[in-house]
Amino acid sequence: MSLVINQSPVERLTAHFEQELPSLYGDAALRREAMATLREKGIPDRKWEDYKYINPAALFKQPHVAQARVGLEIKPEAVTLMVLQPGSALAVVVNGELREDLSKLDRLPAGVRVKSIADAVVSDAVAREYYNAVNGTSADPFVLWNNALNKGGVFIHVDKNVQSEVGIHVLHISTNEVAAVSHPRNLFVIERDAQIEIVESFETLGPVKTFTNALTEVVVHQNAIVDHYRMQLEGQVGHQMNTVNAVTQKGSNYRTYTFTLDGAWVRNNLNIRFSESHAEAHLFGLTMLNGQRVADHHTIVDHAIPNCMSNELYKGVLDDKSLGVFNGKIFVRRDAQKTNAYQTNRNILLSDDAQINTKPQLEIYADDVKCSHGTSTGRMDEDALFYLRARGIGEAAARKLLVRAFAEEVVTNVPNDAIRAYVENRLDHFFN
Amino acid sequence: MQASVEGKEILRGLNLEVKPGEVHAIMGPNGSGKSTLASVLAGREDYEVTGGEVLFNGKDLLDLSPEDRAREGLFLAFQYPIEIPGVSNINFLKTAINEIREYRDMDPIEPKEFLALVKEKQKLVELDGKLANRSVNEGFSGGEKKRNEIFQMAMLEPKLCILDETDSGLDIDALRIVANGVNQLRSPERSFIVVTHYQRLLDYIVPDFVHVLYQGKIVKSGPKELALELEEKGYDWIKAETSVAI
Repeated sequence: MSLVINQSPVERLTAHFEQELPSLYGDAALRREAMATLREKGIPDRKWEDYKYINPAALFKQPHVAQARVGLEIKPEAVTLMVLQPGSALAVVVNGELREDLSKLDRLPAGVRVKSIADAVVSDAVAREYYNAVNGTSADPFVLWNNALNKGGVFIHVDKNVQSEVGIHVLHISTNEVAAVSHPRNLFVIERDAQIEIVESFETLGPVKTFTNALTEVVVHQNAIVDHYRMQLEGQVGHQMNTVNAVTQKGSNYRTYTFTLDGAWVRNNLNIRFSESHAEAHLFGLTMLNGQRVADHHTIVDHAIPNCMSNELYKGVLDDKSLGVFNGKIFVRRDAQKTNAYQTNRNILLSDDAQINTKPQLEIYADDVKCSHGTSTGRMDEDALFYLRARGIGEAAARKLLVRAFAEEVVTNVPNDAIRAYVENRLDHFFN
Repeated sequence: MQASVEGKEILRGLNLEVKPGEVHAIMGPNGSGKSTLASVLAGREDYEVTGGEVLFNGKDLLDLSPEDRAREGLFLAFQYPIEIPGVSNINFLKTAINEIREYRDMDPIEPKEFLALVKEKQKLVELDGKLANRSVNEGFSGGEKKRNEIFQMAMLEPKLCILDETDSGLDIDALRIVANGVNQLRSPERSFIVVTHYQRLLDYIVPDFVHVLYQGKIVKSGPKELALELEEKGYDWIKAETSVAI
């Protein structure tokens, strides 16, 4: 136990950083710069508009955010239980570092590479070119924190014209002897006319508190198709910040599916920028919250270029004393004519104490565009409930059916059968 | 039986006995309590039953949840069937049938048997097979919704069916189809309570008894000819007669 008390969270982060720095891979200057900016900006509290509902400052006051990590050993059997689809390649990332011994990467076809990003930024020109490039000058504190302290993660590179039948499951596991933070760092680069499915899942093992500050950069080249899943399954000890910064090129299609099904505290920043025309982006999200869990989705779709299409559908089911946030920004910049941008957020509150804060935010500076947004929040439909019960369906089963029905609109958009079945199964057990 | 909603008394003492195989029509002017009666029998929680009992095969229905009433063999055909997007008609019916069977200590229905049953019962009300696969009542026309109610009734094979203003909003062809479906479901064991404002439905579903509900009470009962008399004279003479009696 450290004897230093009365340190501010920022001072503790800095001290922890100095301790860790000598052992970290890559460009130390970039790390120092990130840390300096983080120190200058400070840690978000309620006064930060983007973080006002979830107040990360409270989290940063806890000692484990600046604590050395002591990982627990993971048995291959434990990993087997977390596999979502047996046929895909498996990359296991434990506490933010790729573990090749637990992974199964030999199933990948030629032209698809999955490597440790810590190695790739040294040995791979593409990784070096794009590392931190999509983040750009982001001053988001969690991006900076990851830039300063990440120890690795996965680099996925799909060569041009390679349409992989085999998907990649990136399994992130946080497991610790004492509470700690990990910073998984991913970079996905999909070359032109390629196609890949990437399923990231997030799990915790063991009873101690974890904080996962994941950061993923995605580059989707011309005409490429990417299905990117995030399955947030961390248990009651899991706290997660998950940032995805994606940039897409001409004629590409980037589809994201965010399933927030477990975890004590989850914040997602999903930022997609169209850099060339005729590209599509799809953002599907389903959040199931109970107990005192918190989930906050911030999405940004940046129509910087004409002739692109984005479609966003997020749904939330909130029970008990849970707290949900949806903030969906769509920017249509001045020259982005012929933009189609659609956004829908719907929520049902199953209890009096559950809370949802939803805010669609469209900023449109072009005139020849089609944009729409809609949001609704309500209770479970009592008339529908009575109708089902009047046909002999018990109240619990009727509620289950109605929640399934509510979620169906999102689930039906999932092209992966195994994932869809997994989500449906989780939905059925949500009340148990 | 007496019942009230939000403190306002709607049913003010009502006695009715329905024997197996009988069809009872309940008629009455708007606001007389007809739909309240149907809802109270089915177990809608917006109503408070302030007194009395409803004996159904020896059990007091008022002690049972809506689902247990249905499992005992009660069926309410809704005046306004609810649309439930995302729940397929078929899945909904299968769940209902299996919950009812579980209540009666029976095994779940075999998929093959279920599908055969669906096929057979759809014909009763000329329901398009495509509708059965769609979400419950979603995007159905008024007539399709009412036919779907009768289709569900046929599938669940209840002992007592309550038809709540099933004729409302139906054109004559749809009315004929719905009534024809109901008539095919008549049997010596199955009873019906047909709640309606107009006599029109009773041309097709011929009742054994007609009761007039007014101000929460049955003020007149008679044979099927009473319905014709009401059609001819309207409800005013009943109102006049009742106010004298009170």
